[in-house]
Order: sequence, then structure tokens, then C-alpha cells
Amino acid sequence: MSRIAEVAALQPAANPYQPHSARIVRIYRMVPDNALFTLRFVNPELAAAFRHLPGQFVMLSVPGAGEMPISIASSPSRTGVLELCVRRVGRVTSALYRLKTNELVAVRGPYGNGFPIREMRGHDLLIVAGGLGMAPLRSLLWYALDHRDQFERITLMCGAKTPRDMLFGEELVSLVDRSDMSCLLTVDSDPTGAWKHHIGLLPSLFDHARINPPRTYAAVCGPPVVYQFILRRLLELGFSKDRILMSLERRMKCGIGKCGHCSIGYKYTCLDGPIFTYWDAINLPEMI
Amino acid sequence: MKVLKLAKGNLDFFAAVVQQFGEVHAPVSRNGGFVFRRLQRWSEARLDYQRTILPLKKYFLPPRETLLRYTEPEGYQSCLEGLNRRIVLFGVHPCDVYALNILDEVFAGPYPDPYFQGRRRNTVIIGIDCLPDEYCFCSSMRADFVDHGFDLFFYDIGDYYFTLVGTARGDDMVLAAASLFEGVTADDVDRYKRRSAAKRQAFRLDVEIRDLPEIFEMEYESGLWEELGRRCLSCGACSMVCPTCSCFDVRDEVELGSRNGLRVRHWDSCLFVSHAQIAGGENFRRSRASRIKMRYYHKQRAFVAEYGRPSCVGCGRCLVACPASIAVTDVIAQLRETRNVPDR
Repeated sequence: MSRIAEVAALQPAANPYQPHSARIVRIYRMVPDNALFTLRFVNPELAAAFRHLPGQFVMLSVPGAGEMPISIASSPSRTGVLELCVRRVGRVTSALYRLKTNELVAVRGPYGNGFPIREMRGHDLLIVAGGLGMAPLRSLLWYALDHRDQFERITLMCGAKTPRDMLFGEELVSLVDRSDMSCLLTVDSDPTGAWKHHIGLLPSLFDHARINPPRTYAAVCGPPVVYQFILRRLLELGFSKDRILMSLERRMKCGIGKCGHCSIGYKYTCLDGPIFTYWDAINLPEMI
Repeated sequence: MKVLKLAKGNLDFFAAVVQQFGEVHAPVSRNGGFVFRRLQRWSEARLDYQRTILPLKKYFLPPRETLLRYTEPEGYQSCLEGLNRRIVLFGVHPCDVYALNILDEVFAGPYPDPYFQGRRRNTVIIGIDCLPDEYCFCSSMRADFVDHGFDLFFYDIGDYYFTLVGTARGDDMVLAAASLFEGVTADDVDRYKRRSAAKRQAFRLDVEIRDLPEIFEMEYESGLWEELGRRCLSCGACSMVCPTCSCFDVRDEVELGSRNGLRVRHWDSCLFVSHAQIAGGENFRRSRASRIKMRYYHKQRAFVAEYGRPSCVGCGRCLVACPASIAVTDVIAQLRETRNVPDR
């Protein structure tokens, strides 16, 4: 069975456009215009049965505003609620930001391929996030930490402009002292003077990491400039192009391979992605 | 496959019988063109028509349709009413049957679309053969003949329609009018073959689609796309009239004074500037050149990778509709052109 069919088989055969009501149980404002929304399906059976893979996304409906794709930020190993990191950037996200705890939204999914966990097991993991790139990578990070025995060395490199711009900053800082992983955090500058971690651009963290490219999968997400520098660096280190994984963002109106908006070359971001390898990126036009 | 014939003089009687299988829709003449619509009288039907302005996707993916209804506190609920309306499409050309077979693939897959599939299941297709005009290139696209996707298919062989029975439902229709149909003779088969050969000779447009995916890859950076981008008006007419273009937009429409509303989908086009634009303003296909390239690439190259054939069926509608006179046949010919490089 293909991965797409496998993912689809997790969902009831009913109307795939039908979202399910979910209650906002918590809104945690992180950096400016970025909040973590914790949702719980109103239907308790659905809340208990919902499963996803790291790297997958859902279609989130904000009543009266519309529907949009949002990557799942919570770990698949922590069930019962769903955490979505949403940036206020457009019409539908602005409508979401007007909602309060206890109000209703609706969710369908999960969609997309997710990270190729089966292939990645037994390898080292390097997670590189720049800017807001942590949003789709957090599910992978926590999946790996919750199944620590499935992976060898785990390294996280995360960069932001200043300490207050670091998405999930508090949580990531709390990982720095963990002995079972290497959590490297950097900021471009520290106006407060209270930052105890690295200062410098994201690629400078490579000087502090122990990386063994032949046995490592790298997962990268960030703005274009991050891709530009990080991808080049990973290739110089000798990473294979199909072990560099990236999560892409596209316009989506259905999430299930019908509406056509997310097509890149001959792939659909919603079905064949949003996780693509660097080799895919080279072969598909307009990829990054 | 069951093969029969129907005397042309009996077609009217057969059409009367067919009504018990659903509302009969057929091509009728309108504003100098043809449209598929519900017949008031059988005499309106023009089975000798050239292509209709809009393709048959309008029956299965309407230009605007309600998917869901939102009310508080129930939330979003599916609107699946009306999908069981029974319709008989009488007189569908082979390219349009072929196009529906392609859309079947798109709307099936791991997440079947209940709206499209529901309507499709309740629609009878009676195909009819045709002769090409100056815009047809279905033979190049291997869509001038179809072997499935119809309940019945009629070929004009002079005094008779040579009739292929494609489905059990088609067989029921024939049996409901059993006295009208006759067995075929070797002479009828010969007449069919002569008609088929004559049709093949009648095409005035031809493009070569073998290795076209490879040529698309090689010419991806060609200056042709910039030139087409300068001519294209981004009006999207080609997408609207295309029998296999199925991109759609989804919007929530809110009732004034409440938060109740509808989620509707509308036809969309990859030529519209917003097609690949995401929240925050980033646009992956901002230039017109990149959008028209996307349209050709997706139809003629990406579909081959996905489904083993281009999604273009050569119906010629986009050639007729384009206000800038951009013709897919010219584009393909230009992509195949060589630049007078001497052989080594």
C-alpha cells in the first residue's frame, strides 16, 4: 500500500471535505503574531482516535472565514489534543485570532505524507529550524524524544533574530541541558543581554555540532535564506540529497489532491508532500 | 461488447424510451454555438453539432456548488442533496467521454469526491461519433475513439447508428426498446470501418505527443514561455472551457448578521494571479509566463507522470476561446521546432 493510501485509510470513508468541530482549549501567545492553539475534538471518540505522523498537516476551518492548511505542531505520541502553531498573516488567521478559549473551530485530516519515519529509524537526526521553521518540525522533535530508542544521536539547531523571536523559545531552552540530545540555539543579536546561548547566524551552529552525515537524516525548515545557506552547508558536509528533508508551504483549498492549487511540477504538496527531499526540490520546478 | 444497430428513423422512438432513465439533456443550438441542456422537445436536439461551448464537466463539477453548510452550534454539515438527480446526456462526443474518464481518475484516488462521483453515478452517457472541424486534434491526443466511459455509443453508418453497449445500464436501455435494435451484418462492420478511416483522414490539425514530456523538461527555460506570457491575458477562458481543467477555489459565504453560512466551491484557473499565492503575499507563480507554462506543463507533462497520458483530449475548445489566439497546437509545434543547428 502506498503511503498516501495508508494515510487515507486512517480516515472514515464519508465526505472528505467534512470537518469536525473542535474546541479551542488553550491559546498560548508565543512570539508576536504567533500563537499555539490547543484544540480538542468535540466528539470524544474522534478526540481519542485521532492519530497523525510527524510532519502532517490538517485543514483548519474558522467559521465564517474559511479553511486553511496548518501543520500539526504536537507530537503524535501525545494524543487527545492537537496543537497548531498559527501565524497571524492573512484573513482566515486573523479571524482565528479573534476567537477565545472555549470557542469552536473545525478540523479535518491529517493530510500529507509526513516524515518518512520508518526509513529514519535507527539513524541520527539533525533538525534545523530558522525563523518560524520550528512549527512543522516540532512534531518530529517530540516524536523522536518520545521514542528516544528509535534514533541514534539527535541534534537540534534553531536560530532566531532575537531571543523574543524564537518560536517555542522557553521549551527549547529547557532542552539545552538534556543529556540525550544536543540542543543548539542561536540568535542574531541579543538586545536584552540575558541570552545564555549562542549568538551568531544559524549556520555558525555547525561549528558546535557533532554530525556524522552518512548516518544522519536532516530535516530543515525556514525562510528561503535559511534553505539557501543550510542546504549548501549540508551538501558540503556530504549529506545525500534524499536524506535532506524539507517541509513546504503552498496555497491549498482541499488538502486531498483535487483543487490543484498546491501543484508543483507533477507533485501535489498535499498528497506527495508537504515533506519533500532535496532531490525532489532539484527535480521539480518552482519548488523553493 | 454487445454490438447492435438502430435505424436512424427509429432514433426518435428510442429517445422517448430513454426518458424513463432520467432527464434527457442533449446539445441544442444557441447564439451560434451549441450547449448541452435539458430538452424541452426531442426535436431541439442537434446530434450533428460541433463542440459545445462548455464541456460536460459542468454537470459533475458545477461552476459554483455548495459543499457544506455552517450553523451554530451544529458546526459544518455536508450538503449532499441533489446528487441523485438522474440525467441522460445524449450525444456526447468521444473526446468528451474521454475527458470524463480522466476526471474520474482525478476525483477518485485516495480521497474520493462524493459530489463528483455521486453525480457521475446517476448520469447516463450516450456517446455519438463525429467528424473533425478545423480546431479538432483529438486524434493526436488519442481521444478520437473511446472504448469505455459510455453506456451506449452510436456511430453513424448511413441509414443506421452502429451501437456499442458499454454497461449493464446501457443494456437495460437497449432492452427497454428491444424492438428498435437489430443485429449487425458483415456489411455494417465494413461501413463502420470505412467511416472510421474517413474520420482519420479528415483531421487538419496534428501534433506529435510522443516524448513531449521530455521536450517539456528540456525546454523548461525556453524564451517561448516569456513570449506567451506577454500575449496571454490571464483571462482563464481556456481553463473554463477545458473538459479536464478541474481546479477549484473554496470560499465561505456568511449570512449577514450571523455566523451561519455556506462553504462553496467555484471553478478556478491556474492563470489567475492568486492561484499559487499564499497568505502573507508570497506567490510561487507571480509572472504570467510562469502561469501559462504551469498550465501547459501540468496538462501535457505532469499528467503523463501521474496517469500515463496528457490530460488534453484535443477537443479544440481552448483554440476557439482564447482571445489572444494562443493555440496549444502551435505551442507544441514551437516547442518541437529545432534551431537550425548543423548536425555533427
